[in-house]
Amino acid sequence: MEPISYIVTFVGIILLVYTFFQFKRYDMTIPEYMFWNMAWLGLIVISLFPELTSPLAKLLGIGRGVDIIIYLSIIVLFYMVFKLYYKIIKIEQDITKLVRELSKK
Amino acid sequence: MNVLIGLPAYNEAPVITSVIKKIKKQGFDNILVIDECSTDNTKQEAPQTGAKVIRHVVNRGAGAATATLLSYALEQNYDYVIVMDSDGQHDPKDINKLLQQKQHNVVIGYRDFKGMPIQRTIANTVGNLVTWFFFGKLVKDSQSGFKMFDRVAMQNIHITFDRYEFCSQIIGQIRKHNLTLAQVPIKVIYTDHSLSKGQNILNGFKMIMRLLLRWNR
Repeated sequence: MEPISYIVTFVGIILLVYTFFQFKRYDMTIPEYMFWNMAWLGLIVISLFPELTSPLAKLLGIGRGVDIIIYLSIIVLFYMVFKLYYKIIKIEQDITKLVRELSKK
Repeated sequence: MNVLIGLPAYNEAPVITSVIKKIKKQGFDNILVIDECSTDNTKQEAPQTGAKVIRHVVNRGAGAATATLLSYALEQNYDYVIVMDSDGQHDPKDINKLLQQKQHNVVIGYRDFKGMPIQRTIANTVGNLVTWFFFGKLVKDSQSGFKMFDRVAMQNIHITFDRYEFCSQIIGQIRKHNLTLAQVPIKVIYTDHSLSKGQNILNGFKMIMRLLLRWNR
């Protein structure tokens, strides 16, 4: 096993524990909790067994298994930024509505 | 005919009382200042001349202030609301020019671009083209802050952009709801104070980016 595998596995375990405490403390739903657990477990499994991604890489015509992880991560990150951006716009609009109603009182 | 004169204001303490006095001299007493959380004495200065003041507890932008004006005018049963700049750029004598076109849902007072400082001419020309690009309607002065709305316009125009891109959004809403539009020439008064206000090129870029991401919302 390469040193990076140990590091990523360690980070994955930390994230599993952190997510557990976030679940206990905040209003995280069970599906959300399960989603993040799957994500961190997937990270740990791939770091321990990187050869698992090779068949998929070959199927998609990508050179290395780890490249799939990078491409997928970029897509997921773009999607999250997209969702966050419009969430912020909605919050801004709600703030303006509140400010308007407060100003009339 | 019940007319409200609306003045969105942010840090206009040096000029707000003189602007209100000039409006009152034209015979208009229903004046509402939307204080956009000014950090100077705008809120204290304006009522001294008899104008009503509504204060936004957090600065939300010219678009938000204009939306509050339209909402207030609608709730208080005004027939028309005329929105003007509170920095002294507009001549209150032009209010009657807008009212002469009251058979239209929206009246825009357009400025002569030739008399403007060059960077303003460029910015406003680009503003017109950007408005046409995003909302499909070319007008003489899309970024003008001197506009009149009747009750049909107040009911149908929904401003969701808080910052300057709301000007372009209004043009889009006019087209979307088939509102009638008139455009009348108005005078522009440039002072050091009024020139320090308004849009700059950086704001223009930000406005275009925001429109790109949200123009259809």
